[in-house]
Amino acid sequence: MRSRSDSRSPLTLKLMALAGLLFLHIPFAFILLYAFSTEDKSYQFPPPGLTLRWFEVAFHRQDIWDAISLSLRAASVSTFIAILLGTLAAAAIYKRRFFGREAISLLIILPIALPGIITGIALRSAFNIGDIPFSFWTIVLGHATFCIVVVYNNALARFRRILPSQIEASMDLGANGFQTFRYIILPNIATALLAGGMLAFALSFDEVIVTTFTAGQQSTLPIWMLTELVRPRQRPVTNVVAVFIITVTFVPILVAYYFTRGSEHTEGSGK
Amino acid sequence: MPTISPPEDRTTHHAAGDRIPSLPPTSLVGRVSTFLYHHPLLLLLLFLIPPLLWLGVIYLGALGALLMQSFFSIDEFSGVINREFTLRTYVELFTPANMDIVLRTVLMAGAVTLASALIAFPIAYYMARYARGRVKALLYLAVMLPLWSSYLVRVYSWKLILAREGILNWAFAKLHLLWLMDAVLALPVVGGTSLSVSYLGTFLVFMYIWMPYMILPIQAALERVPVSLIEAASDLGARPGVAFRTVILPLAFPGVVAGSIFTFSLTLGDYIIPGIIGSSRFFIGQAVYSHQGLAGNIPLAAAFSVVPIVIMAFYLSAAKKLGAFDAL
Repeated sequence: MRSRSDSRSPLTLKLMALAGLLFLHIPFAFILLYAFSTEDKSYQFPPPGLTLRWFEVAFHRQDIWDAISLSLRAASVSTFIAILLGTLAAAAIYKRRFFGREAISLLIILPIALPGIITGIALRSAFNIGDIPFSFWTIVLGHATFCIVVVYNNALARFRRILPSQIEASMDLGANGFQTFRYIILPNIATALLAGGMLAFALSFDEVIVTTFTAGQQSTLPIWMLTELVRPRQRPVTNVVAVFIITVTFVPILVAYYFTRGSEHTEGSGK
Repeated sequence: MPTISPPEDRTTHHAAGDRIPSLPPTSLVGRVSTFLYHHPLLLLLLFLIPPLLWLGVIYLGALGALLMQSFFSIDEFSGVINREFTLRTYVELFTPANMDIVLRTVLMAGAVTLASALIAFPIAYYMARYARGRVKALLYLAVMLPLWSSYLVRVYSWKLILAREGILNWAFAKLHLLWLMDAVLALPVVGGTSLSVSYLGTFLVFMYIWMPYMILPIQAALERVPVSLIEAASDLGARPGVAFRTVILPLAFPGVVAGSIFTFSLTLGDYIIPGIIGSSRFFIGQAVYSHQGLAGNIPLAAAFSVVPIVIMAFYLSAAKKLGAFDAL
């Protein structure tokens, strides 16, 4: 709601908001620019020249392809688990009030409310105590744990918007519970699940803090990137990979936004 | 359109109190469905068991393991973890050097939170009170994209920006402001030989990375401030500044606290940013990471990570008192 008296924003406010948003976004532009720089020894600005060469060099690097493949596989499996468990949890929490409901919703949110390093070191401690060797599945274990809440948040928000009368009508017309789920509930929540899944995928694909504790010697794309950051070997290739990561994570976020627009604050209010 | 086959017989009613007449199930699926409909608690359990098993066993189990490890100790000579209950690791934790690390991290998290709130507020305020339609959607997306993506790439971008030969020095040189940069870097404690190896640089990057988390909770809180209240304030003679301070700000404050949970907690646990941009002095996250890594001292790493858990427990209970959870 806005009243006539304040429909125009003060100029200072506009400028401050604009400055804040530029601060958030301009660094992306530099990443993009440097991917084309001909300079390969330093971060010289302005770049002495522009080239597409590094994209070709990066394309032929097997270690990058391996890291991408591992990241994609881990993100897909984690997302799948998160969609399954997040939806079930949301359905239970939405359905009725029961003893321990608050505690359970806290448990679901905890993996993102506590700093990521705690999830990481906790899993690392458990693997150590249980003598569990690092593998693909130890990565998935960590990722799925913090991805559940993303799907859960989206699904819960959507469950709350389903009209109970629709479900009642379906039952009145003789549909059993499974049919009601298949024809009424699923179409209603499908886009929310897709959005939650997309965000979970982006989150998992990009995750590094928990992964460093659960991956051992394996290299996901963010871990590959981290090693390059700590010990730069070929800066231009790193720049190209950075652009690639931005692209891969922006797409699912945009898709998620598209499917949940109109119900703001559900997907962005916190990881 | 999906078709739902009607049951043949509609005569039997299950119970007088039922709103929906119960129909005789025609198939096994139908019978299971009816059974579950009449046993909602069982259905609830079926829903809850898989996620609870996962989070309970893997996550809580891991947290338990973490706590357990913190009561183990490491044999200094062999490097083998001695799995017997001891408080030795906690004694080791409370050395002055480690407490310095904790204090440094908490101060940084506080500073980052404060600065993020200052920068985020105008953006949130503009989004909530003035932006409409497409502009609002665009702004929302502009906040969401950096919030959800490319953590490492965003950290990396500051390596490019803060590098000696990078854009920031270039811009300062062009503007003949290098003396200003030198003056800032000459500041005690926060300064250093260049921004990329100073606390100031670490602070800048922390703020850049976590600030988006502050915007949406504040915006949500501001959206809920009724326009009629602001109008009432101005009808009663409050100038816009007064109305802002006495009406809008107190009502938006829980949103700021809600956002601060993220900025504070995330800064508290981060170990990558200070490792890439900053001085060589450790933050909590780096201490945890280095103890578990090469040193293999998981007990000390575990004890160290109990510190942010305790700090966050206090922080969350204070935030709850300030009404932050209603603003989430």
